[in-house]
Amino acid sequence: MKEAAMKFDIEKIRADFPVLTRKVHGKDLVFLDSAASSQKPKQVVEAISNYYLYEHANIHRGVHLLSQEATSKYEDARKKVASFINAKNDHECIITKGTTDGINLVASSLGEHCVNEGDEVIISHMEHHSNLVPWQMLCERKKAKLKVIPITDDGELDLEEYEKLLSEKTKIVSVVHVSNTLGTINPVEEMIEKAHDVGAYFVVDGAQAVPHIPVDVQQLNCDFYAFSLHKMYGPTGIGILYGKESIMNAMPPYQGGGDMINKVTLEKTTYNDLPHKFEAGTPNIAGGIGMGATIDYINEIDWKAAHEFEAEVMDYAHKKLSEIEDLRFIGTAEKKTGAISFLVGQIHPYDMGVLLDQLGIAVRTGHHCTQPILERYNIPGTVRASFGIYSTKQEVDQLVQGVERAKRMLG
Amino acid sequence: MSKTINELQDEVIEDFSLFDDWMDKYEQIIEFGKELEPLEEDKKVEENLVKGCQSRVWLIPEDENGVLRFKADSDALISKGIIGLLLKILSGHKAEEISSAELYALDEIGLKEHLSPNRANGLANMVKKIKMYALAHQAKD
Ligand SMILES: Cc1ncc(COP(=O)(O)O)c(C=O)c1O
Repeated sequence: MKEAAMKFDIEKIRADFPVLTRKVHGKDLVFLDSAASSQKPKQVVEAISNYYLYEHANIHRGVHLLSQEATSKYEDARKKVASFINAKNDHECIITKGTTDGINLVASSLGEHCVNEGDEVIISHMEHHSNLVPWQMLCERKKAKLKVIPITDDGELDLEEYEKLLSEKTKIVSVVHVSNTLGTINPVEEMIEKAHDVGAYFVVDGAQAVPHIPVDVQQLNCDFYAFSLHKMYGPTGIGILYGKESIMNAMPPYQGGGDMINKVTLEKTTYNDLPHKFEAGTPNIAGGIGMGATIDYINEIDWKAAHEFEAEVMDYAHKKLSEIEDLRFIGTAEKKTGAISFLVGQIHPYDMGVLLDQLGIAVRTGHHCTQPILERYNIPGTVRASFGIYSTKQEVDQLVQGVERAKRMLG
Repeated sequence: MSKTINELQDEVIEDFSLFDDWMDKYEQIIEFGKELEPLEEDKKVEENLVKGCQSRVWLIPEDENGVLRFKADSDALISKGIIGLLLKILSGHKAEEISSAELYALDEIGLKEHLSPNRANGLANMVKKIKMYALAHQAKD
């Protein structure tokens, strides 16, 4: 065991997540669906409830104390998250509703800025629908072409094919950092460099990466990076779109409304500076304050040790699951994190999911919003177990026993 | 004399009364699926699908001298079992008996309450499709 993982106090972490003591169908809950949305620690929930009970006012608008306090808490949260992903400037972090919202913003505004008829946008075969449909919509609107990086049988991106797809026609490349279905960690850093060589912008869907691996947007040198707080122990309805200042300054606004303006007359409006230019309307203030508390929580626990512990649990899960006869993994990339997808013999993932639920084990079954992956592997769906900082080897053992039992019933 | 819909419901309730544990109930449900008449492969097409199920469920009616018989299949055993349970009760009766049947067994065995909203919706759609076929059949007579 690595030293850091040994220091990691799992019982203390689990005590921060009261939901983990729940019973479902009379059994102890084994929560293995953090990739869909993680559970929330008390500290985050308390910050949100305190805000609503004692601190609420609209932000960026009032001279009164409550509004000023709420504004500074909200803006502090932006600073914290900017430092967490090592953005050069706080105002490069646009606060969104989540990954989907962030990607739609880029597809719409950057798309307007640089994509024209005959141009090309590149995505991959393993994208979540959130990083696929917005680009399809853009390409339809602009009569541009959507190109797709193929994946190998192991669930890795075919990088040779990627290089062949790149050309001076390529305007935007948008790729998932960590696949929510396959668990693959994609080598985005080198892919970004190659895209920049042909003058294309690079967008990263980081929804499944930020909870599990260190992300440094300056080191990656990505142009945009989108993620959701609810997958990393924070509230729902809040996320970040990181974007490079110079590019975002050149982009047209996305939505119009309050907060995003500089001066409005009936004839013409001039727009506010970053980040407010892309933040129209009263935002999710409670979510923003919850985001600040989430980053505080992450900084308080040993995040690195938590990741090492999590990686060990995941290795253990791979090992134990592989001992089940007829079980096959969907996604066997060399570098994986967060999620393990599998199928057992001919058993439909839905049947497996229903029976596991009955045993108190929460997994996700189905297409996980990545239908093209299922088509690629010609499967009806997968059973996906996904992990968080509170996951344990005992829970893996329970999963394995549950799969064995379901298999006997369904075989 | 074949059994009425309500007699069949009472039988199902009786079957389930033996179990308190849902794992056992699922075992029973899966058994019902195995009792279904097999559905020909060429009938497993889009138009015979029941909408809103998490797995694919196909259902077709057949008229046998004024009695409606259904065939069904699914790629998932539990869905197949649930449609099997429904057809055990509803298949093999006159169209008007089927369309006017009141399905108390599903509540009684706790199935409706047990299913998540998503899956309860799939179940409701199965019942709806069976009843729609029955109504359409009545209209033809
Ligand atoms: C890889 C990936 N991208 C995008 C999303 C969309 O995130 P959200 O629903 O929070 O906008 C998800 C999660 O569902 C995801 O796993």
